[in-house]
Amino acid sequence: MTALTAEVAEPAPPPPPDGSAPKRRGVELTLLAGAVLICVLGHHCVALATAGRTPEPAGRYAAWLAGAALLAHLAVRFRAPYADPLVLPIAVLLNGLGLVLIQRLDATTPTHPTAGGQLRWSALGVALFVLVVVVLRDHRVLQKYAYLSVAAALALMLVPVFFPAVNGAHIWIRFAGLSFQPGEFAKILLAVFFAAYLAANRTALALTGRRLFWKLRLLPGRVLGPILTIWLLSVGLLVLERDLGTSLLFFGLFVIMLFTATGRIGWIAIGLLLAAVGAYAVGTFEPHVHSRVEDWLNPFASIDRGEGPGQLAQSLFAFAAGGLLGAGLGHGQSFLIGFAAKSDFILATAGEELGLVGITAILLLYGLLVHRGFCAGLALRDPFGRLLATGLASIVALQVFVIAGGVTGLIPLTGMAMPFLAQGGSSVVTNWVIVALLVRLGDSARRPRPPEEAAA
Amino acid sequence: MIRYIRWCACFCALLLAALLVNVARVQVWEAAAYGANPANKRPAVERYAEPRGDILVDGRPVTGSRDSGQLLRYERTYENGPLYAPVTGFSSQTYGTSLLERAEDAILAGTDPGLSAFPLWYELARGRPSGGNAETTVRAGVQRAAYTGLAGRRGAAVALEPATGRILALVSSPSYDPAELSGTGGPVKAAWARLNADPARPMLNRALRETYPPGSTFKIVTAAAALDAGVVADVDAPTQTPDPYPLPGTNTLLPNAGSGCQDASMAEAVQWSCNTVMAKIGVRVGLRAMVDAARRFGFNEEGLRVPAWVSRSNFDTDMSPDQLALSSIGQFNTRATPLQMAMVAAAVAGGGELPSPYLVERTTQDDGDQVRRGRPHGLGRAMSPATALRLQEMMVAVVENGTGHNAAIPGAVVGGKTGTAQHGVGNAGTPYAWFIGWAKAQDAPLPGVAVAVVVEDAEARRGDISGNGAAAPIARAVMEAALAAPAKR
Repeated sequence: MTALTAEVAEPAPPPPPDGSAPKRRGVELTLLAGAVLICVLGHHCVALATAGRTPEPAGRYAAWLAGAALLAHLAVRFRAPYADPLVLPIAVLLNGLGLVLIQRLDATTPTHPTAGGQLRWSALGVALFVLVVVVLRDHRVLQKYAYLSVAAALALMLVPVFFPAVNGAHIWIRFAGLSFQPGEFAKILLAVFFAAYLAANRTALALTGRRLFWKLRLLPGRVLGPILTIWLLSVGLLVLERDLGTSLLFFGLFVIMLFTATGRIGWIAIGLLLAAVGAYAVGTFEPHVHSRVEDWLNPFASIDRGEGPGQLAQSLFAFAAGGLLGAGLGHGQSFLIGFAAKSDFILATAGEELGLVGITAILLLYGLLVHRGFCAGLALRDPFGRLLATGLASIVALQVFVIAGGVTGLIPLTGMAMPFLAQGGSSVVTNWVIVALLVRLGDSARRPRPPEEAAA
Repeated sequence: MIRYIRWCACFCALLLAALLVNVARVQVWEAAAYGANPANKRPAVERYAEPRGDILVDGRPVTGSRDSGQLLRYERTYENGPLYAPVTGFSSQTYGTSLLERAEDAILAGTDPGLSAFPLWYELARGRPSGGNAETTVRAGVQRAAYTGLAGRRGAAVALEPATGRILALVSSPSYDPAELSGTGGPVKAAWARLNADPARPMLNRALRETYPPGSTFKIVTAAAALDAGVVADVDAPTQTPDPYPLPGTNTLLPNAGSGCQDASMAEAVQWSCNTVMAKIGVRVGLRAMVDAARRFGFNEEGLRVPAWVSRSNFDTDMSPDQLALSSIGQFNTRATPLQMAMVAAAVAGGGELPSPYLVERTTQDDGDQVRRGRPHGLGRAMSPATALRLQEMMVAVVENGTGHNAAIPGAVVGGKTGTAQHGVGNAGTPYAWFIGWAKAQDAPLPGVAVAVVVEDAEARRGDISGNGAAAPIARAVMEAALAAPAKR
């Protein structure tokens, strides 16, 4: 364990001004109030448009949301007073908007209401957020559990292989009527492990990599091993679970964190090469993935074949129908997408009913969240914290890109949940934990250093 | 490490920019193309999301809308579907629209800009006004008389108001129920296939879209041409026509159906429907004058709309004298829609002015405010008023003391002309029985109705008897109904 915690020489950034850093909790509270207000307004708009009257339990939804937001705010106020004031309001707003969109789509599937379940999962997510913020006083504690994390992550990812496939992918555990995607939670554990491993070994990786770049066969296994392992793991995951999105996310996360730790473009080149080989092989030989690539290249092929529009075509139709300003909440027909309209394709509903304006706002919210993560990474003083913040921000960024790019036809579609917006319990809970960690990291970054540490 | 984190942040910013650009591409640049993709159901969902406006007869809707609970929500319903099908047409979620449902679709579906005082508001709010209504000129009693008169035999009947061109009845027989085609799914497809395969062609609107050889009813046009051209100055003067009449330049002899046509006057020729006399008169009028007269009555005109489109009626413009002789008695290539022959009768009844027929009295918003009003207008003068008066007298003689006595109505002045058109190779086909005419109530200043009736499967007896036997009673019932219930406008 000592190797993992070894200090690496790195010029420290200038320390923040002593003691007088503003906490800005008032700003956070105001933004939270705004976020809750927007969501309650959306809730009422949907009810008026779909049922013609205000929602049945008029105040319950508002009370739930406001209560959860207040609880999270209090946890931050007392346990992470220097945290970034933007992170929590963005999370509340995105989660609330997701609930509004799911409630809107519920109106088109009266036999399968899902908003209630999503609300309960969101509550659980907020509870976990509070728990993490309260219990985890210092993010560096996580560094000690690096190998435990990776073991747990591998276990979580392997378990679903033994469960029956759902919609062509082995990524769900179904137990007692509940379904859970353990791979979602594994993301965080892997980010923790990567951060700890790279923080400890980055010097070795950085130096040997340069000298031996043109003699790759001589590279010691100790150095080349990890990247090959992760690559094999990703491909293995893909083959075993047929989950293109998650394996893409893991690999991308690892390459980004490796680059951040070492600054070696060579690693990126190797990583991209391996990814390209893997993606090409899988895209060519794996039928499930191959059909996705075909759909992406020609989304309207099924129409020409007389089989009617496929999901991606329906998604594009939905976005197009939204236009600049959108049809208005409850006035779109994104339910035509059918299967997965509430989960993977939730963004299409936002696109149709809120328009380009709404989509841009939502994407910018994600952009802001990622930006705050990177800011925390820049302001932190320890390499583990920096890498962890970079990793968590990258998880959000990659996930948004993969799924939003997929449903808008920018890249081949891979099943993945839009953070906070999409229906799916494991995803919401995981994202709340990510946000809790970002809050913790932000607090550590801006907290005035204790006098003895500052003097040292 | 700071620098590399910045690079990563820049990379993420690039991803975000790519997403934003792509979303803008889909939602702005490609939006119109995607929206117009035939597989995109949104236009259809939107179209059927609200009840469709109604088509009204005598102020009462003959259509309706039913909430199907399906994705395409409101389906069309019809009251007395077969009776009004030649007027309304169908509005199908599977097969589109026809006739009035098509011609007034913008009003009925709520897309007409005239439905809203502030069209821009609906553009901005992305809503649309409720569908408007179309009030027809059809009168229920007249329509029903024509429909029951035809009684499912193949044929058509059209009644016009001569002064205005209002279509009082428009019947095609056999008919069909357009409600069968309203929705989607198997039964609708089966009904469509069955109706299209039916040899009686129930979906063909014979009144507007089928052309028949007009036979002897065309002699009215020939007589008008002769009078207007001055070829016949005295209708009662003998014409020195042999019976049978050898077609000019050939050895073919043109016979008559009855006797007493030898050397008959034009009045007698109309009264007893002498082929020989009228063929000879047509040849004497000459090709150019005959073509001009036919055109003045509406033949050879493309693009007549009522507002549903109407097939072109034909009178050949390049013929030899023997062909002209046959054409002058409504044979050879001469073809007319029942509506066209009703217009001929209306022109005579209206003093020579050819009215423009129309079906839609006015269109309104769903609250009754008027959007547009059908305005009577003439299509020009078909003949001089004096000619019209003389033709009226001759047509009255046909009914009072000629081939058309079955059309007589006690207490009204009725003028008419029977016809039997032969067709097919060697006249082997079933003859078409025709009757065109008009009626004037005893105390009225002008004729109140003009009518044309054609029956395809008339009892296969040659001669003008079938026009009088099969078509004239229907015409009488229609004219009676029109005179009995004058318009309440």
